Amino acid sequence: MSRLLLALFAVSVILANAGCARKPAPGTALKATGFGSALVESSGSKQIGATGTVLSQPLVVQVNDDQGNAVTGALVEFSGPASVRFDPSAGLTDSSGQLSTNVTLGSMAGRYRLTASTLTKAQKKIDLKIEEIALGYQQQVGYQLGEKFCARCHNPESTPERVSNFDNLEVKPHPFTEGDTLNKMSDADLTAIISHGGPALNKSALMPPYGYTLSKTEIQALISYIRLVSDPPYQASGTVYAQK
Amino acid sequence: MQSSRNTLSSLWQTLFGDPIRAFGVVSLLLLISLAIAPAKNHFSDWRHYQKQYLTLIRSRGEAIALQRHFKDGIQQIWLPELGVVDRCTTCHVGLKEASLVDVSTQPFRRHPAIPHPIDQFGCVMCHRGQGAATIVEEAHSSTLAWEQPILPARYVESSCGQCHRAPLTGTPQLNLGRHLLARYGCVNCHTVKLPDGGSMRATDDAPSLSHVADKTTREWIYAWLKDPQAYAVSATMPNFKLSDPDARDISAFLIANSTPVPGDTLSAGGTAQKTPPDPTAGASLYGESFCASCHAVQNAAGNIVGGDIGPELTRIGNKVKPEWLRAWLRNPRIYDRETAMPHYRFTDQQISLLSVFLQNKADSDLLANVHLDAPTPEQIAHGKTLVTEYGCASCHEISGIKKPENFAPELTHIGSKPITQLIFLPGMSHVLPDYISAKIRQPRSFGLALKMPQYSFTPAQVDALTTALLSLTDRTQSLPPPLTVPAPPPSNYRAAGKAGRLIDDLACFSCHTINGRGGDMAPDLTWEGSSVQRQWLKDFLKNPNTLRPALIRRMPKFNLSDSDITELTDYIMTVYQSPAFDRDSMPPSGYPPAQVEQGKQLFYSKYACQSCHIVDTKTDKGYIGPTLTQVGSRLNAAWICHWLKNPQALRPGTIEPNRNMSDEDARALTAFMMTQKSSGRQGAKK
Repeated sequence: MSRLLLALFAVSVILANAGCARKPAPGTALKATGFGSALVESSGSKQIGATGTVLSQPLVVQVNDDQGNAVTGALVEFSGPASVRFDPSAGLTDSSGQLSTNVTLGSMAGRYRLTASTLTKAQKKIDLKIEEIALGYQQQVGYQLGEKFCARCHNPESTPERVSNFDNLEVKPHPFTEGDTLNKMSDADLTAIISHGGPALNKSALMPPYGYTLSKTEIQALISYIRLVSDPPYQASGTVYAQK
Repeated sequence: MQSSRNTLSSLWQTLFGDPIRAFGVVSLLLLISLAIAPAKNHFSDWRHYQKQYLTLIRSRGEAIALQRHFKDGIQQIWLPELGVVDRCTTCHVGLKEASLVDVSTQPFRRHPAIPHPIDQFGCVMCHRGQGAATIVEEAHSSTLAWEQPILPARYVESSCGQCHRAPLTGTPQLNLGRHLLARYGCVNCHTVKLPDGGSMRATDDAPSLSHVADKTTREWIYAWLKDPQAYAVSATMPNFKLSDPDARDISAFLIANSTPVPGDTLSAGGTAQKTPPDPTAGASLYGESFCASCHAVQNAAGNIVGGDIGPELTRIGNKVKPEWLRAWLRNPRIYDRETAMPHYRFTDQQISLLSVFLQNKADSDLLANVHLDAPTPEQIAHGKTLVTEYGCASCHEISGIKKPENFAPELTHIGSKPITQLIFLPGMSHVLPDYISAKIRQPRSFGLALKMPQYSFTPAQVDALTTALLSLTDRTQSLPPPLTVPAPPPSNYRAAGKAGRLIDDLACFSCHTINGRGGDMAPDLTWEGSSVQRQWLKDFLKNPNTLRPALIRRMPKFNLSDSDITELTDYIMTVYQSPAFDRDSMPPSGYPPAQVEQGKQLFYSKYACQSCHIVDTKTDKGYIGPTLTQVGSRLNAAWICHWLKNPQALRPGTIEPNRNMSDEDARALTAFMMTQKSSGRQGAKK
């Protein structure tokens, strides 16, 4: 009986050891050769992408020292909600003090709060908060419709491919990101102004009605997109995914 | 040993010593074993989750409504037509509860808005996984007995593609992936059969190599073969990772195999001008001819600027021979009958200007280190073997080499490929999406002897291609036709007669769509004859002016002869007629001033058309729609009236909103529009 127990104990010890052996050996992680005192975003935040996809532009952050000079070889780590992936999730800054990572958004539509962090010489952690936006199916449809029907007037930014009409209008339209104004409007208000035009809410007739062009589902999709991109965020809109 | 045997025998004695006690013990054991199944059921995953859900909703305001919706026990969606038995809703209880918007823990999240009701489509149609399983692990991941793991969310659009063959608004990634499969010529080597019996067609438009020696040098071919993206970043040709001798031999074979284009075509391009022409004149002619609508150039910042219909021209001077370029600019259709490039009627002077301008777009380093000796017959023969082995003729026409059949594995069912048939690389997770995306990213990492070349796709493009390939499942092929949404059949419309030949010669289809065939850069011309006035069309073809000043891509001037213009105008005015209304049902002028004035009021106040259109250049600024200052000379009154009432009926997808206009308003606005004439604008104000 006791021999049996002894054998069982031996087997469990071997298994436990094997379990430990599979863990990666410590010390292979990146070692910082430089330390900065500030972490700033260079490009790639506030991007809009579909849920679960790679953002079109990489996220680039830069480590600076006290004088504002770029620091090479500083260790930067990216983190976020569990469903977000970074490629790479950590790395050393290059000769211009920058580190770039490709971000894959999580599977739910919403705002994703990401964090980049680095250590100062005194081993103090500095964090940089970054936000990206993921469009689900409905918001994706809204985004496409918005780009086709609305963005020419509502987006003040001009590109050679799409010249903005914003500056040509006597009454300026509200950009979809203008949360201060749009968040005060209910879904019913937005539906009314999209379907029946500006005069429906005693606003300018320069905003034409789209109720005979877009279906109810399409207008709903447009509103869910507007709610998602508004800044500051719309309160009743979807969940914010952040690290616990 | 002896002691343990004693213990065992005494234990036996205690339990089964006398028959009554034995009966009691056996009954007890039997009872316990009978209790195993109910116990397993009681402690199952789904009961645990249902209990959790009930706890979750108890504290919420809308608890009573949620409680009423909740159904106890195993839930099932059964769709015999699709072969779907989904028990996912047993644990995912809150999928349809709109009020659970703030719940982010699974399995209780509500389902995001989608166009299909869950009861009618089930879950595995989109998410894959094992619908019938009631254990968390068996339902989601690929365990021993189950083949089908859950599809990662990033590829979920692939499921839409099982039934929907045409592009959808909500599936940009799938649309892009399908576009890339055709655009990069993947389907030239890999057959992809479609459920309707056809096959996916490539749109890569790889040039014929039968006359390639007319066009370029062996040195350029060598450099191109070694690294196509070093010549043009946006090139769709992949890198075959050829060794120096292999590239040398292939270039030798292609030059030796090339025959001149029949007829003395190269000298027809004219001779080079002795005095170098003004370089700025060449650049401005390039701009005026809107070459950049189709051709891209990499600018100093490294960005690719311009269209992607034609090849990138950043280093075109390194590639083409001057005499070939001049002949091509004179009439591209002699070298390539099916080219998307229009036949501009350039003058000798213009050809000279443009060719010198293009020839100067060169990088002196590109061919600096390429030194090739005259080829030996063995090298040429070896080159031919390589061309056959690498399947070059799958994409390119090469005289003497037949397009290979089934050159690469067929991908018609790739999205349902069993994992047991795949060979994974060490360290890779054993799931199909990862296998496909690794194959696209690094095909040769699966074996150096593999022929598939290296593409330079971005991570987003790889995901899009993987999505498109995952949509090619067994279900795609086996769905009953009433349940699928087929793509509109591809149109191979051609215009007839002399005008038809002109339309082909000018490559109108590269930009305009007519009867379902053609590009989307310029307006659909299917009903152009109902839309415009004859004289305006003639003038426009002679000298295209700017209708939409904000656009960078506009109609180029082709220098058409008067007889060609008459031919085209007659054809368009006669054939491209909408059956919806009579073009001549409303007069071009003579509307009562009161009606015109009413139309003007409507234009500026009720309908506020000036937000997008310009009538009076002094006050109006709208830049979205076409300028309307001369619309009365351009459009037919009846077209305007019908357009105003329902723009999408005449041109589906146009962005002008339907205003649900009354007949009276539409007529008044038409009257106002018809007073906006090219010379009679002041007249309207009188």
